[in-house]
Amino acid sequence: MWIYEKKLQYPVRVSKCDPRIARYLVEQYGGADGELSAALRYMNQRYSIPDKVVGLLTDIGTEEFAHLEMIATMIYKLTKDATPKQLEDAGLGPNYVNHDNGMFYNNASGVPWTAAYIATKGDPIADLYEDIAAEEKARTTYQWIIDMTDDVDLQDGLKFLREREIVHALRFKEAVEILKADRDTKKVY
Amino acid sequence: MNKQLDEQYYQKLLELQQLDFGLVELTLYLDTHPNDLQALQQFNQLAQQRQQCAHQFEMQYGPLLQFGLSYSKFPWQWVETPWPWQV
Repeated sequence: MWIYEKKLQYPVRVSKCDPRIARYLVEQYGGADGELSAALRYMNQRYSIPDKVVGLLTDIGTEEFAHLEMIATMIYKLTKDATPKQLEDAGLGPNYVNHDNGMFYNNASGVPWTAAYIATKGDPIADLYEDIAAEEKARTTYQWIIDMTDDVDLQDGLKFLREREIVHALRFKEAVEILKADRDTKKVY
Repeated sequence: MNKQLDEQYYQKLLELQQLDFGLVELTLYLDTHPNDLQALQQFNQLAQQRQQCAHQFEMQYGPLLQFGLSYSKFPWQWVETPWPWQV
């Protein structure tokens, strides 16, 4: 089971109301390489992966939910004081008409989240390579978003998330080596 | 919001977030390096510090966890604001 903790993993601050950047940030909420995809991908792979790496998938998957909450917090803070006119000017008119200020799992182009974003092959090496690629893609997306804003408070939170992707990718690469080493040991029954 | 968020709230919260960051890092590291005794000792030491820090925070600002993992004063404090995104 999971226990919710009533705090963010890392402080989230924004220095201005900015629906324009919120619109792009949604990519990391309900996009292919976003935090929802990441969390569900790892949690779902646990049932067919060797025991040695189940702990890692569980813990990284859990951390991704904390990141999902950070992204939601950023979007919430960036848009809560925006008028419908400001939202429309930022290209969020269709989103406003459909969801008002409610959060919705879609990507920056408004395409709803789909399970097709997450892969499970059942093959441990294939799945872990998928995870490494996903982390690298998320890291890249964070960099592009950081490049598109001059809000240093927002950049601070985004940089934290970008660095976490790097650590996760590193741990997944180690997990691959653990499985390879295990595969190559001679087993006597 | 029915609670005053003073400077101290943010400071205490940050302290807890810093300890938790060390613990998250050590957790993921130990997941792939289970035989690193030094890292394990650091983990256990931080876990103890974290427990004390979280306890102090909860006494002052209310429960961090539910389902019986945190205590509550009367009336039931879990439903009180602020929620994390409101901080």
